[in-house]
Amino acid sequence: MSETLLDIRDLRVTYQTEEGLVLAVDNLNLTLKKGETLGLVGETGAGKTTTALAVMQLVPNPPGTVESGEIWFNGENLLKKKNEEMRTVRGNQISMIFQDPMTSLNPVLTVGFQIEEAVMLHQKLTSKQAERQARDMLKLVGIPEGRAGDYPHEFSGGMRQRVGIAIALSCNPSLLIADEPTTALDVTIQAQVLDLMRRLRSEFGTSMILITHDLGVVAEVCDTVAIMYAGTVVETSDTRRLFTEPRHPYTQGLFGSIPSLDEEVTRLSPITGIMPDPTELPSGCRFHPRCPMAAEICSQRTPTMVPVEEGHNVHCMIYEGLVEAKKE
Amino acid sequence: MDQNTTTPLLEVRNLKKFFNTKQGLLKAVNNVSFEVKQGETLGIVGESGCGKSTTGRAILRLVEPTAGEVIFEGEDITAFRPDRVRAFRRDAQIIFQDPFASLDPRMSISEIIREPFEIFKLYSRNEQLERVQELMKLVGLSTKLTNSFPHELDGGRRQRVGVARALALDPKFIVCDEPVSALDVSIQAQILNLIQDLQDRLKLTYVFISHDLSVVRHISDRVAVMYLGKIVEITSYHNIFTNPQHPYTQALLSAIPIPKVDAKRERIILEGDVPSPVNPPRGCIFSGRCPFVMDKCREAPPALTETADGHFVACYLVNDTAEEPES
Repeated sequence: MSETLLDIRDLRVTYQTEEGLVLAVDNLNLTLKKGETLGLVGETGAGKTTTALAVMQLVPNPPGTVESGEIWFNGENLLKKKNEEMRTVRGNQISMIFQDPMTSLNPVLTVGFQIEEAVMLHQKLTSKQAERQARDMLKLVGIPEGRAGDYPHEFSGGMRQRVGIAIALSCNPSLLIADEPTTALDVTIQAQVLDLMRRLRSEFGTSMILITHDLGVVAEVCDTVAIMYAGTVVETSDTRRLFTEPRHPYTQGLFGSIPSLDEEVTRLSPITGIMPDPTELPSGCRFHPRCPMAAEICSQRTPTMVPVEEGHNVHCMIYEGLVEAKKE
Repeated sequence: MDQNTTTPLLEVRNLKKFFNTKQGLLKAVNNVSFEVKQGETLGIVGESGCGKSTTGRAILRLVEPTAGEVIFEGEDITAFRPDRVRAFRRDAQIIFQDPFASLDPRMSISEIIREPFEIFKLYSRNEQLERVQELMKLVGLSTKLTNSFPHELDGGRRQRVGVARALALDPKFIVCDEPVSALDVSIQAQILNLIQDLQDRLKLTYVFISHDLSVVRHISDRVAVMYLGKIVEITSYHNIFTNPQHPYTQALLSAIPIPKVDAKRERIILEGDVPSPVNPPRGCIFSGRCPFVMDKCREAPPALTETADGHFVACYLVNDTAEEPES
């Protein structure tokens, strides 16, 4: 449990756009232990998906560039790997589930074939064996094996996401990256898919990065959480501590913004202002223009990581003792 | 949100909206009845395809109802001729889901908010511009943005433009159709607060449609739960969480992940998908997925019946009345 599987260090990814250079991910550090599920949380443009694509070496280039950093996976730096070498990692040791099950499957191939394709590429199986494996995977995710010959459009959204999960798990990867896997689904279908993912994770012992904007999903599924804002991680913690004692003003603001299902809250306390323009990120702490606690120094200096407790790290100058924490 | 006011501003009776499709008759809204009191917010919640948006549009006659009555301030708007419908639009407006699609990209913010005045030939040019500025301030938009175009604004501010446009004609009633679904949570909270503040200031009445039960519960006085074209339960925002009666409402609630670490609840995982509204089950629409299904559920649909004060449920477990057969 304590062995590190993935260690991202000082990652920086940029996109060259017509509006200017977008700093999508900057100064990002993350670790994931074996067997653990990490929730990567943030709003649109926080850099969650770019981080995942960087791990997979799938950042579209151009316009994107992984400018610097290291991504250590099982003791190897993925950023140093050649394209051909990455191909044996991708889909085999690390696989990904995408948000939109409507567009991530190939519409002109049967779902059975799309699973076979993955296993035949990475495992030395005959086509008969691959077909068997594909049918077994379908059964595992709750789809009758007789439907292996059906095309994606013949399935509902929830079923298509199950197919995506079957493909991703078909080679028994040690790391699964799920990018908003249930965002496009209705809530009762989301419950089915989350239930399936939890079950398979313990069955396969897969480590997982779950990208989401939904703190409810995190509370249910994840062991640890990293909160991202404007391209960088602002707080990491085990799930329990993050939900009981959020420390970063942004994390606190997120919790204040969510309407409660079980409590009486007459008025939400949202974060003021809007997400910064990614081509003109604020100096110093990226969150300072929206932060209720911001002091002068926040616009001048980038906060360093402060461990507030064992396993709970915050990037905020309040915890460096440089800014006074105001009571709201 | 005056609880003592009892006059319904809007009464919907046996509303139906059917669409002819290649697959057959699609019953998007099938015999829906509810009322909305002056100054209250009625939330309508349900999953994709349950008919919540079509209901919202049918009560404004943005789609023509197939059958049923929509009584607004004592008059049946389904009987209105086109010119009366036009006049009705001054009283009843809509805020759309996607602020990226609902604003004309070629019009400036000022032109978008001003358009209703042009259509109804209200105010002189200068008064119009003044009114635009007032509306922009009201919804929290900097007046510096007057001549900007929608693409220059982020989602939250675009939605504020949509709100300002809906308010331009001083309506009494607004249908909010998933107004925050396309927004990030921090921006969503700002818009929800705005919608609440405007209700207090302008004494507005809302029908608030969303797939997100947390959002609906937060903003509504009463909540209607829809499934496959029908309302299965209506009750107060409080009861919907503490005392849900319909098995679908219970399943829906239990499926929502709560952002707390010790939110241990019994989860009811529904089997299968929502059936097609083209061929809905013959009896209770939920019978195919209901964990408590009985024989009679498959025969005739249960009627939406008042089981306690203001709490309506359509389920044989709670009340034995069947829906009246269609004539």
